[in-house]
Parts: sequence; structure tokens; C-alpha cells
Amino acid sequence: MANLKDHLGRPVVAVTGIGVVTSLGVGKADNWAALTAGKSGIHPITRFPTELLNTRISGMVDFLPSSTKGASALTYELAETAALEAVEEAGFAGGDFDGPLFLASPPVELDWRDRFALYAGDDEGSASERLLKVARSQNSLDMFDTSQFGSIADRLADRFGTRGLPITTSTACASGATAIQLGVEAIRRGECDRALSVGADGSATAEALIRFSLLSALSTNNDVPEKASKPFSKDRDGFVLAEGSAALVLESLESALARGAEVLGILRGCGEKADDFHRTRSKPDGSPAIGAVKAALADAGLSEDEIDYVNAHGTSTPENDKMEHLSLSTVFGERIRKIPVSSNKSMIGHTLSAAGAIEAAFSLMTMREGVIPPTINYDNPDPSIELDVVPNVKRKAEVRTVLSNSFGFGGQNTCLVMAREPV
Amino acid sequence: MANRDVVITGIGLVSSLGEGGEAHWQKLSAPDAAPVIDVARFSPYSIHPLPEIDWGLQIAKRGDQRQMETWQRLGTYTAGMALDDAGIKGNDELSTTMDMVVAAGGGERDEAVDAGVLAASETRGDRDVLLNEKLTTELRPTLFLAQLSNLLAGNISIVHKVTGSSRTFMGEEGAGVSAIETAAARIRSGQSTHVLVGGAFQTEHSDMLLGYELAGYLHRGPWKPVWQRQGSEGGGVVSGSGGAFLVLESREHAEARGQKIYAQLGPVVSGRARRRRDGGLEAGLAELLTRAQLPDGELLAISGASGAHAATATEKAVLGAKPIAARALSSLTGHMKEAQFPFAVALAALAVDRGAGYPAFEAGEKEFAGKPRNVLATAVGYHQFEGLALVSAPR
Repeated sequence: MANLKDHLGRPVVAVTGIGVVTSLGVGKADNWAALTAGKSGIHPITRFPTELLNTRISGMVDFLPSSTKGASALTYELAETAALEAVEEAGFAGGDFDGPLFLASPPVELDWRDRFALYAGDDEGSASERLLKVARSQNSLDMFDTSQFGSIADRLADRFGTRGLPITTSTACASGATAIQLGVEAIRRGECDRALSVGADGSATAEALIRFSLLSALSTNNDVPEKASKPFSKDRDGFVLAEGSAALVLESLESALARGAEVLGILRGCGEKADDFHRTRSKPDGSPAIGAVKAALADAGLSEDEIDYVNAHGTSTPENDKMEHLSLSTVFGERIRKIPVSSNKSMIGHTLSAAGAIEAAFSLMTMREGVIPPTINYDNPDPSIELDVVPNVKRKAEVRTVLSNSFGFGGQNTCLVMAREPV
Repeated sequence: MANRDVVITGIGLVSSLGEGGEAHWQKLSAPDAAPVIDVARFSPYSIHPLPEIDWGLQIAKRGDQRQMETWQRLGTYTAGMALDDAGIKGNDELSTTMDMVVAAGGGERDEAVDAGVLAASETRGDRDVLLNEKLTTELRPTLFLAQLSNLLAGNISIVHKVTGSSRTFMGEEGAGVSAIETAAARIRSGQSTHVLVGGAFQTEHSDMLLGYELAGYLHRGPWKPVWQRQGSEGGGVVSGSGGAFLVLESREHAEARGQKIYAQLGPVVSGRARRRRDGGLEAGLAELLTRAQLPDGELLAISGASGAHAATATEKAVLGAKPIAARALSSLTGHMKEAQFPFAVALAALAVDRGAGYPAFEAGEKEFAGKPRNVLATAVGYHQFEGLALVSAPR
């Protein structure tokens, strides 16, 4: 009989449903097959013209009905699709989930096509006066919804029958992990038996691409898109902007066992630590990331020796990969050379607000399947980063525990520790 | 009384009325408080503008100030005031172990760049290429960060060294409700000992008005106080720039360091009423009032009512049916979106601390005499999401 309480006397949190969408496809089966085959989802951008852009590749999700309908519509559809897969697997597909919703999604802004349309609706006054005047005369709830930060979660709450006021969180590239952490904490506080945590990002617009490009954050390896994302390689030159989503049904182990649900894994611990050094750069000593990893291990009640695999943040930016290596080698010491550390982003790119959730989903599947997805494009190792990155080809391995890292702009560092089995 | 009671030990406030808890108390407890209104700048809309602020008082480095647009600067400034007030600012031990939940929208786009794109769109059919052309050459690289939602929290970490954890919630008034609700729940459960929580809203930007006006929510024509806007031209909301941050602490943590306690934060409850259903909001608010465990007898309330016609009429009716004397803070500050609920909770805490109610903010509000031991704070979203908190005298 598994313990229903953890080492600190809190309810153990199980995962009973997983859903995922990335540029590799819809659903766990397609994604897992592609991921373990070392297939890349990175491709040339077709959603908008790339003239004058330094980066012309991405991991956009181009195959959904909403893929051409703007960031808000696509983010909703990504979230809904992943959440549906997760709640179906968990057995809550009836639209009466009855637990809280935690959504990680990108900050919203009115789409340019709507700005153009509003502007064209009048011909007097300044641009901003024209937009306001036409906006109030059209009074379009559809357009309004795309400008409200709470709208996507509100629609999801209607769709799945979640309980209470849904929380939409943004901790930049750590958002997906934060959404999971919020769910774990709510269950541990005894506020609910289950929670739906979703990370979704369909915001790869031209303006988003340009903004990251202006910060020199993106890879410009346009010629061979599938080779552009190369975490831990010497010639890595930035991340690849991408879209996707993942959803987890989190449930107290007690509740899951009581209703005979299949336990897909355990969310053992969460840790975070903010960085006060710089808006985009990490403290040179890596102490905030180190603190987040250590906090997650402590929260999980595990020692450094008990982590079998690290699902890296591994963005393929020189800054991240160096800092992530520093923090991992500081926490795990010499043993880090023997721990497999791979980056899903080598294949799916950086899904921003969704990344932490997607990578948690893949971490759980890694443990269940006993197969570690590779870090592809590892042809030119960075000699200063000595890691077993599971180069280029998947590896069979018994993985009982995973550490999944998420680090973001604004000093966000969130780490999750997951386990295959309850103890 | 329990060690993990949640108490309020720091208040930072900025609005058109001024800055700081004391200044707001002075203005709002006087019987003839008058709003500061700018009717010209965004005509036909009125707004409540920011007061003159010496940013250097809370954001010492000019380099840091330059990395932020006004919204982030306002939030970082207000957060600094709350930390100062709670005796935490500059205390490394307390700052680096402090958790943070920020309610944030988005920051200010570059209006000149946007206007340039729109103007060019009149003569250009290839709008997508036009966007690439203009945005790649005219956007300031650092503007992205200066407007990014989670970078308000990021700047608070950088400027004030709050680094225990950093979470940003989005979703208009509801984000402010969830931020306080989550912070309080974390303290009650022992997940946190002290939390910085709050938000800021800077309305003096056309996009911030557009966020309301896409659904026709803004009041037009002559300014009126909140409860008197029904039937007026427009949607009833008059927005204001402002910020509100609170330091929440476990009683044990506050007492151990001998910190002054303003008030105790009792039940914080939130909801997502099905407003499209007939009576949906009314039922939702009634349920929240039940869950808030209101004390018997007359109760003072700081209402975050936005003025939005439907939501405000319903809130007025629901509160009016009870012995509740509501004060609509937006009559004097304007609607501050994500900061609205934290602001209402702060004013409630000030009343409890000073042992006196506020006079009516506008004609028609019920009298409240005597010393309030409990004050209700409300935020009923102009479009969606609701929350209440009961603030009480520390026992």
C-alpha cells in the first residue's frame, strides 16, 4: 500500500491524465513516436511572410483549425486540445471536472489584423482616437475577448467545468511549470482533490518573433531548420520560437486510488527561486537556478543521488546552456557526468509559456516508457559543457525520477521533481 | 487566534489622490474628498491621472528606471513603499525569503511606432511585409521587456531584492483577487511566512482604454461618481492610474519581529459567476457573501465596483439588500483593473487600523458611524470574475 502522505505529511500528488500538442503533432502517441525517433518539428515559417526577418524558421503549430486565426484563438485551441486528452484519460471528460484550473499562457495583445481593421473603420483623428471610436461603435465581444487576460481561462473553465475562479499565470518561460506547481500546492493544502494544470502558447506572431529577434535570442540557422535547435552544442546560436501545449490532471493519490484511476506518475516536488541580477541574464554564479533545483529536491524529499534523469531547460542559447550546466554540476557534483540530461527543445523548439508543462508531460512519459528522448543535433559538442546529453539517439533506461528545469526572463526559475511510482 | 492567521503589515498605495497609506487615509476620511480628473487628454473619456512621482525615492538607480515603462515603474515603486512600510526593504534575510504574487496586465506599447504602421497601412496592401519592415527597424529592443507582464515582478526582484519566489497572475480584477487569495492560502497552510502581493495599472495610454472600449465599457460625457452612472452615455467605467501592494505575513512571523499589524485578513473568496445566465451574477455574489462569513450587524465595505453598468447595478442591489455601507473607491481613484482588489483591501485595512470608517464617497452611500472592527473589500469584475475579502481588527 502506497503512502498517501509525503515526507512532510502532505497529500501525495499523482498525475492521472496527460495531454500534449507540439509541432510534432497532436496527442501523446504521435508526439512520443516522433520525439523518440529524434524527429524535429522545426520548419520554415509559412504563417506570415518572412521578408526582412533574420529568423525565418520556427516550431509553430500549423495544422490546427485556429493556426491562422491569431494568438488568442490558437492558444485557446491548443489548451483545449491538450486538456481534452488529459481529462479523457483521467476519466473526467463529461464537462464537470470540478477542480480548479491553472493556465499558463502568453500575455495577450490585440492582433494586428484587428488593429488594421479598426483603423480602417474611420478616417478622422489620430490613430489611437480612430481605434477607440471604431471599437466602441463595433462593440465586438470576439475582439474584446482577445484583449482580456482572463478570457482563455474563462472559456476553458466553461468547456471543462472546472471549479471557481481560474488562475492564469505568466512566469515567462517557466509558466508551464508554475501552473503545475499551483495545482500541486492547491491539492497539498487540501483545497481540492484534483486540479487541471495547462500550459499553452500559440503566440508565435511576427511581432513576437521580431521582439525576441531584437534581443538576439533566436537562432538564425534558417537553411536547415531541423538542425537549428542544438542545445549544448558549441555552435548553438539561440532558441527556436515554437508553439504547443500540455495539460496534466493532478490528483491526490488518495483520490486516484479510491476511484481506481491509473496513476501515470507522481509530482513529488516543486522548487523556485527568483533572480535579482538582470532582466534577461542570470546571476553569474548560478545561485538562483541552483537554489531552485535544491528547493525542488528538498520539497520532493529526495537527495541529489536519487535523480535518474534531468529534463533540461536546454534552450540552445549560449547563456542558458552554460548557466544550466553550471547549476547542475554545482548541485550534483561529479555525478552529473553520469546522469542523462536531454533537451526536448532540440526537437520541438522553445514553446515559451507551454514549455514547462510540455516538458513535464514528456518527463512523465520518459519514466513510463523507460525510454529517454535524445538531444538531437548534437554534432559539435561544447567542450566546456560536460554532460551526457543522450546525443542524437533515444536510450532505453529505467528512470524512476526526473528533475525538469524551467528558467525564464525576469529571473524566473522553477523546477519540478517527478517520480514514476508512489512510495 | 492562530499563529498562521494572515496579517497585513505593509501597505503601498499610489493613485491620483497621492501616495502612501497615510495620504490616502487623510484624503478619504475627510468629508469632502474630491477626485482628480482629467477630462481633456483622452476626451471623450475621463481618467484619473498619476500624481507627480519622484521615482528615485523607491527606484534608486536611474538605469533601472529606464528599463521600465510607466506601468512597471509604478508597480515597482508601490511595491517598494509596501516593503518600506513593513520594515522589510533593505533587510536581506527577509527579502530573499519573501514570496511574491503580482497581478499584472501588459505594459505600454510604443504608440508612435503603432501609429506609423497604421498610417502606412492606408497606402500599402502588403500589411504583413509592412509590419516586418516597421517593427524590425523601429521597435526599441528593450521595450519588449518593459511591457512584458511578468517583468513587473522581475523588476521588483531586481530593485527590491524580493527573491523567495515570483509568480505573476493575469486576468484583470480577477488576477488581483487570486493573487491575494493564493498568498493568504499559502500563509495559512505554512507554504509561506511572508508575501508581497499587489498590482499596478497605468491607464494613460490609448491601448489601456481600448482594452475596455472594445466592448464599450468606458463612460463618456460629464464625469459622475460610480453608483450614478447608470443610463449615462457609454459603459460606465472611468479608469485611473494607480497601484496597491500589501505585505501579508503569518501572525507568528510578524509578532516575532515586532512588526506593527494593520489588520487581519480573514476569508478571501473568489468566483466566476455565469453572468450570461439570468441572475447569474446575483447568485454568484450571494454565494460569495455567504462564504465570506460576514459578522452580524452593520458592516462597512470598500467596493471595487468599476461603474460598468450591469456588474455595478447587481453589486449595488446585492450589497444594498444587506446592512452594508459600501464606499465605491473608483469614484475617487478611477478603476485600476489588476490593482483594484488589492487597493480595496488596503483601504479596508486602513479603516480597521484607524478605528474609523470613511464618510460617503458620493451622495447616496449609506452612513456608517462608529468604529469598524470588520471591513469588507469587494471586486466585481467589469466583465468577469469576482472576489471578496473580510478584513478585521487584529485580535
